[in-house]
Amino acid sequence: MSQILSAGTVAPDFKLRVTPDQWLSLGDLKGKPVILAFYPADWSPVCGDQMVLYNEILPEFRKHGAELLGISVDGAWCHEAFAKDRHLHFPLLADFHPKAEVAKSYGAYRETDGVSERALFVIDNRGEIFWSYCSPIAVNPGADGILEALENMPNERKNGHGHAQSSSHAA
Amino acid sequence: MATLKVPVTQHDHIRGSVNAPVTLVEYGDYECPYCGLAHPIVNAVRERFPRQLRVVFRHFPLSQAHPHAEAAAETAEFAGAHGRFWEMHDAIYENQDQLGMPLLFALADALGLPEADLRSALAAGKYAPKVKADFLGGVRSGVNGTPAFFINGELHNGTFEFDDLVASIELRLPARAAL
Repeated sequence: MSQILSAGTVAPDFKLRVTPDQWLSLGDLKGKPVILAFYPADWSPVCGDQMVLYNEILPEFRKHGAELLGISVDGAWCHEAFAKDRHLHFPLLADFHPKAEVAKSYGAYRETDGVSERALFVIDNRGEIFWSYCSPIAVNPGADGILEALENMPNERKNGHGHAQSSSHAA
Repeated sequence: MATLKVPVTQHDHIRGSVNAPVTLVEYGDYECPYCGLAHPIVNAVRERFPRQLRVVFRHFPLSQAHPHAEAAAETAEFAGAHGRFWEMHDAIYENQDQLGMPLLFALADALGLPEADLRSALAAGKYAPKVKADFLGGVRSGVNGTPAFFINGELHNGTFEFDDLVASIELRLPARAAL
């Protein structure tokens, strides 16, 4: 398993495609906590799929003012089809070109398999990693660790608002 | 590793002896095909341990992926409010290939539960908070897909094949049986 970046590290910035014609950078989300969920690939079976699970739990993440980003080496068109099929309501980032550049910068790339780890990062409102976890590749890590991290994060690192943050970063 | 964070109480749907030494908690989704496959297996496991096992079912609908899962869960709760939870539960899984609103209304009718009451309960989301509470409790316990089984509070990491579940239950029997 990879040695992923740990709590206290500054989260490396990135700018990736979220749709075939839109880009998103980590810096765009400064001021609120970010959940960055690396996963190996789109299209795993529904009932055990990590992104489908997180999609259901989205309202709980948002209670903490947090934004969820899924990220894999799949391309933007693949993400688009996957997100549409599964009715996902959060962005999927395409770490596609140069391949896995962002996964590598977080220590979350599996060179032998050519995909990212199942690695989770909870990043605070100033871009510092607050919590990280790398799951065995075949094991969907669930969401309990993320929720616990968000609960343990001091309010000033979330921006102190918690509930009902305004849509300050509307694209 | 993952453990059940929400203890079993009288608010749960429980099948089997109250004093059974082993409790199997299932988190399931009525539209999930794997849960459908697991359903007869869980019933067979229950029959294998008539006095030593009690079975609990909690809702974990992935409603964005399974459009009828939430309505099915609320329908089961509606039946539960009339003391018919397990009959509805079995009937939904046994007819999973036809799952949809017409099936849910037909099953309620077959149990003698008024369709109009079910319609208004679903429209008002009367049982949605109970379903949501089950779901969130599952999330906190580390449920990562369905079906998920906890045996005496510990996540069952094996498959849901009969032999696998039976072996896990037997492991919990001797020490507990001595109590």
